[in-house]
Amino acid sequence: MAELTAAPAPSGHPAPAGTAPASGTAPAPGTAPPSGTAPAAGARSDAPSRRRAGSGALPTPRARRRFALVLGSLIVLSLAFGLGYLALDNPMPFGSEGFWIIAKLRVTTLVVMVLVAFCQALGTVAFQTVTNNRIITPSIMGFESLYRAIQTTAVYVLGVAGLTALQGTTQFVLQIAAMMALSALLYGWLLSGRSANMQVMLLVGIVIGGGLGAVSTFMQRLLTPSEFDVLAARLFGSVSNADVDQLPIAIPLVVLAGTVLLLRSRRLNVVALGKEQATNLGIDHRRETILVLLLVSLLMAVSTAMIGPMTFFGFLVATLAYQAAGTHDHRLVLPVAFLTAFVVLSGAYFVMKHVFYAQGYVSIIIELIGGSIFLAVILRKGRL
Amino acid sequence: MITLRTVSKQYSSEVRIGPVDLEIPAGGVTALVGPNGAGKSTLLTMIGRLLGLDEGTIEVAGMDVSTTRSKDLAKVLSILRQENHVVTRLTVRQLVGFGRFPHSQGRLTAADEERISEAIDFLHLGELEGRYLDELSGGQRQRAYVAMVLAQDTEYVLLDEPLNNLDMKHSVHMMRHLRRAAEELGRTIVIVLHDINFAGRYADRICAVQGGRVLEHGPSAQIMTSEVLTRVFDTPVQVIDGPDGPLAVYY
Repeated sequence: MAELTAAPAPSGHPAPAGTAPASGTAPAPGTAPPSGTAPAAGARSDAPSRRRAGSGALPTPRARRRFALVLGSLIVLSLAFGLGYLALDNPMPFGSEGFWIIAKLRVTTLVVMVLVAFCQALGTVAFQTVTNNRIITPSIMGFESLYRAIQTTAVYVLGVAGLTALQGTTQFVLQIAAMMALSALLYGWLLSGRSANMQVMLLVGIVIGGGLGAVSTFMQRLLTPSEFDVLAARLFGSVSNADVDQLPIAIPLVVLAGTVLLLRSRRLNVVALGKEQATNLGIDHRRETILVLLLVSLLMAVSTAMIGPMTFFGFLVATLAYQAAGTHDHRLVLPVAFLTAFVVLSGAYFVMKHVFYAQGYVSIIIELIGGSIFLAVILRKGRL
Repeated sequence: MITLRTVSKQYSSEVRIGPVDLEIPAGGVTALVGPNGAGKSTLLTMIGRLLGLDEGTIEVAGMDVSTTRSKDLAKVLSILRQENHVVTRLTVRQLVGFGRFPHSQGRLTAADEERISEAIDFLHLGELEGRYLDELSGGQRQRAYVAMVLAQDTEYVLLDEPLNNLDMKHSVHMMRHLRRAAEELGRTIVIVLHDINFAGRYADRICAVQGGRVLEHGPSAQIMTSEVLTRVFDTPVQVIDGPDGPLAVYY
């Protein structure tokens, strides 16, 4: 009789990053009241009698269980690495005054890691969605080259003192502003003209990045070895590059951009279908694209200005997050990407600090080990 | 009703579409036919506001497509192109569910789910609804996209060569589905077709386009003559009496 029992849509599936992992994410199939309101369907012989899955992000109970498991493990790992970083290897006895002083110092680093993970994860996923391209990262759009060029120019012109001249909140804001200006110019110019073309924009972005990179490399050749040594430390992405004074500026910017992106998750799902489908479904594609690209630039600019280049990180995390989440829905992919990013970043720090005693070079371990995991996952699954 | 008034689009100094004046009445299936490069798809994408016009106006159900908000048009008009970006990790049912976006903004209700089920059953995709799009053949994917625009529940449905990638059996099925959608669901379907015989058999009206202009527009029987088709396609065409009406022979 009731062949068209539309199971209640599990579409309102809330998964903000901070909620409890497993409970409540998977409504038991038995509790769903069947809405047998399709008498006409009874006459249809080709529709087999079965309960239909909904059209939500995770249509089957199996997918829901899998997602709950993934989300749960990521939260547990995040907490483990986060707390481990705060508490482990603290020279003072637990509970003493000194213990808490050291732990407080580490909290800053932890906050920076959370911010960077958030920026890189959300930025890359959203960027890949609006460009309809799953093998690129916003880092190649000139941000990191601009950062390298600014840092190198400072050392080239002012010597080692140049780096100190770049470390202050005003300079931090100026660097973010410079990167935002570059991207706004690029997007505004290339996407609002008559010949608006995403591929051309990406290409121009890469060319600008390449050009700035070449200029930086040339200037680096002319530096003295000691100046170059000081500069090199700034050009490896490292959480220790960040400054406590930057946080009061960085946090509101990141929270603002991140919230707007998360609130637009449903629209991002439609944008992922491509320009023509998105327009057909009533999205103003150009407006949506430019808005998202500007938010992505803000996130990437804050992350880069704070800790330096992390070229491969966002890309790695976005791909792993899609594999882990197993859905197209940004409402689920974005939080998973954020947690994955934090686990990878804090995990890398944990390993570097407690296994290799070389915590300055975390971007190296991320690109080496992360890159290998990435290749293994892609080669095994065979799709992005 | 779809009304085009002095619509034109300049591609380069030599290639120009229009000026086109055309009225497509509501209801039934209208086929756009013509040789390659005649401007059929361009006209269709301009009506579907995927491509801007240089001059003139296009109105669909009284709404000007260049000035009406895309969001409002999406409830009246849906368009499907030939090539669609394939999203991985998207099931057939989830894709069809996107058709409800203009109505629910992504928050699917039980009523939406029912519409989705109906659209899936309408195209006999029930067995495939849980499959991922990248696991389907080109023809199956094509049907899934058509189900999506049907779930969008718009009065006007524009389809750009939906028979591409389809074999004989599925082409016939697709045309029957569309005919049924026009008759049972009361949709106005405008479709670009390459095979003139499919147009003659399933369309109520045929609009013949050549060199960026509308050459002929009228009931199918009126267009399916040797004289008109020879002129439109610029190649000798002979129309003979087939078992289900006129058949164009041009091989």
